Amino acid sequence: MSQDPELLRRLLRAKDRMDAASHEEWPVRRLGRVSGVSEAHFARSFKEAFGIPPHRYLLTRRIERATALLRDTDLPITDVAFQTGWSSLGTFGRTFRDVTGESPGEFRARVRVGPSPLPHVPLCFVAAAHRPDLTIAVSEKRRQDEGDTDRTQPTEVP
Amino acid sequence: MSQGVGVVGLYVRDQDEAVEFYVGKLGFQIHTDVRNGDYRWLTVQHPDQPSFQLGLFKPESPALDARTAQTLREVVAKGGMPPLVLNVDDCRGAYERMRAAGVEFTQEPTERYGNVDAGFRDPSGNGWKMIQSRR
Repeated sequence: MSQDPELLRRLLRAKDRMDAASHEEWPVRRLGRVSGVSEAHFARSFKEAFGIPPHRYLLTRRIERATALLRDTDLPITDVAFQTGWSSLGTFGRTFRDVTGESPGEFRARVRVGPSPLPHVPLCFVAAAHRPDLTIAVSEKRRQDEGDTDRTQPTEVP
Repeated sequence: MSQGVGVVGLYVRDQDEAVEFYVGKLGFQIHTDVRNGDYRWLTVQHPDQPSFQLGLFKPESPALDARTAQTLREVVAKGGMPPLVLNVDDCRGAYERMRAAGVEFTQEPTERYGNVDAGFRDPSGNGWKMIQSRR
């Protein structure tokens, strides 16, 4: 399905803005405004262009940023959660585990010991290489991981 | 003549717009700009790098069929082309200058272990990192 490059360029602007400030709230209305697209069209157009819904994209960026802060700073995990846009430590910890397979604390302990996996790569690109590849909804991933379809699922929107 | 890479090209949506951006805002210079009918070979150079040309090409016929050209226009507009890096001596200074000139920044200057990098896009969607490396 072909999309108008002019529209895609404007959708890219919304994606860039989420990248630059993933800790902020990005309701569809705000994203639509950045792209000059109506609220009704934005989510569908974005998903068609980039393969995942905008809120899930935002979530991958938040997790990516959280992993960087856990790896590169001594910030307490609570601060990492709040600085990356979560309003609840519990939701952050659960979502982090669902996406990466380990808790923030386990992740930090593991990556602190090894050397950088990508020497000679400019640091600004290294983070992107470790972005979680979230091709399915977090709730779906959790179901698959647990084989448990009955549990009440928290909403994916962080 | 020295050996090595001479030209690397980018796909852009509009070559006049690309000249305005790379020459007018980034300070590159035109190296070659020749036309034959609709075809236009356009390359620019960084003023400090005379042995390298950055090509600014349109994905279009006759080199590409119409559908492939359309696909490439979409990929460029979605930011799907490979990373580009511009080395600078003073990332924050260049950021201020370029932002005042109207360059669309995607990331403010950020310091990482002594390096400073910022991100910007050209009008077509090509994404650049501008990096000031620790000496």
